[in-house]
Amino acid sequence: MAAIKTHANPFKPSLGSRLLWLGVLVYLIYAVVTLDIGWDRFILGLEQGGRLVDRLFPPNFNRWEILLSDLIESLQIAIIASVFGIVISLFVGLMAARNLMPNIISIPVRVFIALCRTFHPVIIAILFVKAVGFGALAGILTLIVASVGFIAKLFAEAIEEISFKQVEAIRATGASFASTILFGVLPQVFSRFIGFSIYQLDSNLRNSTMVGIVGAGGLGGTLFAAFQRFDYDFVTAILLTIIALILVGEALSNLVRRIFQ
Amino acid sequence: MSALEIRGLNHAYVASKPILHDINIAINEPGIIAIIGPSGTGKSTLLRCINRLIQPSSGSIIFQEADIARVQGRSLRELRRQIGMVFQEYNLVERLSVLENVLTGRLGYMSAWNAWRRKFKPEDIDRAFELLDFVGLSDFAMQRADSLSGGQRQRVGIARALMQAPRILLADEPTSSLDPKTSVEIMELLKTLATDRGIPTLVNIHDVNLARRYAQRMIGMSGGKVVYDGAPSGITDDHLKTIYGGESWLQ
Amino acid sequence: MNSSSASISTKTGGNPKWQRFTAAERTARYMVYLVVLAAFFASLRTVEIIPEFLYDAPEQLADMFTRMWPMDFASYPTTIHGAMLDTLHIATLGTLLSLLLAIPLALLNARNIVQSLWLNWIAKFFLVSSRSVNSLIWALLFVAIFGPGVLAGVLAVALRSVGFVGKLFSEALEEVNMGTVEALKATGASPASVLLKAYWPQAKPAFYSVVLFRWDINVRESAVLGLVGAGGIGVVLNDAMNLFQWPKVAMALTAIFVVVLLIELLVVNVRKRLI
Repeated sequence: MAAIKTHANPFKPSLGSRLLWLGVLVYLIYAVVTLDIGWDRFILGLEQGGRLVDRLFPPNFNRWEILLSDLIESLQIAIIASVFGIVISLFVGLMAARNLMPNIISIPVRVFIALCRTFHPVIIAILFVKAVGFGALAGILTLIVASVGFIAKLFAEAIEEISFKQVEAIRATGASFASTILFGVLPQVFSRFIGFSIYQLDSNLRNSTMVGIVGAGGLGGTLFAAFQRFDYDFVTAILLTIIALILVGEALSNLVRRIFQ
Repeated sequence: MSALEIRGLNHAYVASKPILHDINIAINEPGIIAIIGPSGTGKSTLLRCINRLIQPSSGSIIFQEADIARVQGRSLRELRRQIGMVFQEYNLVERLSVLENVLTGRLGYMSAWNAWRRKFKPEDIDRAFELLDFVGLSDFAMQRADSLSGGQRQRVGIARALMQAPRILLADEPTSSLDPKTSVEIMELLKTLATDRGIPTLVNIHDVNLARRYAQRMIGMSGGKVVYDGAPSGITDDHLKTIYGGESWLQ
Repeated sequence: MNSSSASISTKTGGNPKWQRFTAAERTARYMVYLVVLAAFFASLRTVEIIPEFLYDAPEQLADMFTRMWPMDFASYPTTIHGAMLDTLHIATLGTLLSLLLAIPLALLNARNIVQSLWLNWIAKFFLVSSRSVNSLIWALLFVAIFGPGVLAGVLAVALRSVGFVGKLFSEALEEVNMGTVEALKATGASPASVLLKAYWPQAKPAFYSVVLFRWDINVRESAVLGLVGAGGIGVVLNDAMNLFQWPKVAMALTAIFVVVLLIELLVVNVRKRLI
């Protein structure tokens, strides 16, 4: 990225970037003309925005019991999903590594991981809500899928970058396949696996406050309902709770990261 | 009966380009057997065929009354654990401690479940300390392997191979990544093992003088074939010319 | 896993104990494992889940998938194509719009450009706030202000992206080789030309790469913004689901899947050339 470049003539205007900016300009005009953005609504909205801000404050914490129980549910979803997701990813990641597994295993597993990654968690949540009903279970399943999509992919990539010489040496001692993984592969990638897991725990915490929007439990459902009832001072209270949760989560994951450094 | 007998061994990744061609070697005696030859002549492939890190195309390798080229699964691993291997670039698991690296030599003797719990037998742990003492690294047992120098790492590699209680030892260019003084020390160590502990040791080496100094038998390879097999004293400049080609380097 | 649990002491004297970590390190790690496990089991015990629903899940999922098949291909030209284009527009316009705020904030945040700690701190505050709020929440807010539609989606994507692009671009600026900057300053160049001719050429590949990366993420995110009314394919998805039109849901999901894959492929290839 920050490689030091030598410029033959640093002030020569680049044709490529000019074309790019021209393209962007043309696109902007095209998009704004064709899309139904509605400038009158934009102007109207600015006034509306002022009124909304008035109604957002002061935050209303009167219904703190609901808030607290939702917060706890979000936490439960994030924690359970992370633990399952991390454990599953460990195995799925190993199976997806092309340098350890034959194609017949690694290719289907990689397709599975790609499927887990492609859809936004909220879409996966919709499907699970239809399958297992409203509530925390759908949220947990959703975030397990999201965790596998993230950790297993990066873990498999990390395994593919290991030094195979160390693996060969362990194989030469007559170690079984499982022992070879334990002593030849895992020591090389374990700290990175921990790093991915901590990141995903943090990210699950954020998403656990979102999946509720489609009925998969946690703070999101109450937030969405409050919006629909124009209950804006309660909205602020929920938003502040979410932000606090995210900040605490970030601080904690930084702490854990330092411990495992 | 020989400790190891290689019969008619061939190996080729692509059928038209054989790496090893009809290798026949019998190892009966303890001591260092040096395999010399230019780079790319199949010395490493030969050693890796012996413990089946590479599956040879044809031929047989008789060890402990079994044909290593044929066995599979558990029986392969049981043969493999009796063959120690020392690598050119040491191949230690860098993030594990020195002691753990030595203990990995026992993995062939324990279940994966015990390996997972790192439940090594107390006598294995004692033995690991003894071996570290033998190679002169007792003080480094708890350090991570990547904090050691090259010579020290190779000693750990040798201790790991010994931990397997091997019947034969394979050393793939054990000194090529080391400076001349350390190389001599490592060869001395291998010599001690090969003669005092009576372990036949096959050493790939491209330093002819080092090979002459320590080996009791030399095998010259060229183009995937054995072109000399006999006492070090029997190697002449003519042999070396056949093995390495050219002669200007001999002067 | 077990990397911290290895501590084996030898029975016979003489030999030292085998320990992988110092006592404090091990305690800290054990504490983390302990806390995670305790939280896990506490959550499992208290979470409100009806286990029967879980046992039932495979059957329900299978039922859902059979209802989805065959897909409603006829709906693609009539509704889904247009909605998918809207989604792409939301992602693209949102990304472009975010640059208007992200670039100035990135400049203010870069310590080697703006030497005022106060300004750095203010820029950082805005970047962090933008990143902490999920784009769905931004969308809810903008739907409340501007009403349902594409506009709310574009603004939601833009505001969420400001923090991401701004932070990464500012890091790229901070990694710039200062020698070039000094050299240009020494020639008496104005601050604007120093910015354009010393900082920008060096940070340019990183900038394009970050923008493309964010655009990729934004395509995924804008596909769901419609669920809260912010336009695009999400609206179609939401309506179809509320009407139990499963074949149409399947068609919409397939469209999202294909577009997301294509975009990812495109971005990966372009980024490879940039870096």
